[in-house]
Amino acid sequence: MQLLNLYNCLSTYLVIGALLFSFGIYGMVVRRTVIGMLISSEFILAAASTNFMAFNRFLAPDPVVGQIFTLMIMAIAAAEAAIAISIMIAVYRNYKTIDTDDLVDLQG
Amino acid sequence: MQAIVCQPTTAPMLFSTEGMVGVIFLLTVALVFTGAVIAVNAQRLVRAVAGLAICFTGLAGVYYFLLSPFLAMMQLLIYVGAVSILIAFGIMMATPEEKDGAGMKNRSLLAGPLAASVGALMFASLTVLALKTQWQVFPRQGTFDIKAVGMALLTTHSLVFELISIVLLLAIIGALVLAQRGRN
Repeated sequence: MQLLNLYNCLSTYLVIGALLFSFGIYGMVVRRTVIGMLISSEFILAAASTNFMAFNRFLAPDPVVGQIFTLMIMAIAAAEAAIAISIMIAVYRNYKTIDTDDLVDLQG
Repeated sequence: MQAIVCQPTTAPMLFSTEGMVGVIFLLTVALVFTGAVIAVNAQRLVRAVAGLAICFTGLAGVYYFLLSPFLAMMQLLIYVGAVSILIAFGIMMATPEEKDGAGMKNRSLLAGPLAASVGALMFASLTVLALKTQWQVFPRQGTFDIKAVGMALLTTHSLVFELISIVLLLAIIGALVLAQRGRN
């Protein structure tokens, strides 16, 4: 049963990363609120760190570098989420909506 | 641990130790997939956040399989424990009344299939790229353990360490300033 040996293959993890990335892209296009787009962007970041971890596990000479890179991505993602939520709350105070279709002041 | 791109060992039996490890890995991947589907397709945003938490719990398991228990724990702490809760608070404070299909309104009929085809195209091309490429394996020099990570963070990669702390400090101050502006 080759299915049970999948966790030893590099390509399995790359496919998981590609799956997360495409879910993130799909969510970015299909969501119409700022929070939905924020959730989708978290998926894209998670796809990037999954790829780093996979290459770190299978190919890299020094397996510390990928872990540190993933830690950096996690910190950036946390900071990005905090800033995005506070921007969204400021927008909500002024417009009473977070729907991307209603925020059109810069449309000219 | 030898760096092997895909171990050509014989398939393990289902009820052996290796077989159960494989079953647990498949369950973890199923968790990631289920969470991602819920997070992207749920009509209500609270359910999308729950899907995010499920997906990132599964992803912590995947990191465990990638020989990094430290990052698995960090994934649980930062993503499941902090970011999901933060987004849940954001939904509580900044979502107007939750209508059915809020967040999916006003979109043209083509948007769903178009977005799905864009995502499928991305997935297909990245998968082909991942499966066709001949990856080059370098001889391994270091180890995976948390002690090596800590040593590298304080010596070789100390600039990264400092940068992370400055970025987080700026993010905290910036979030406070932004959220406080126009509050009266």
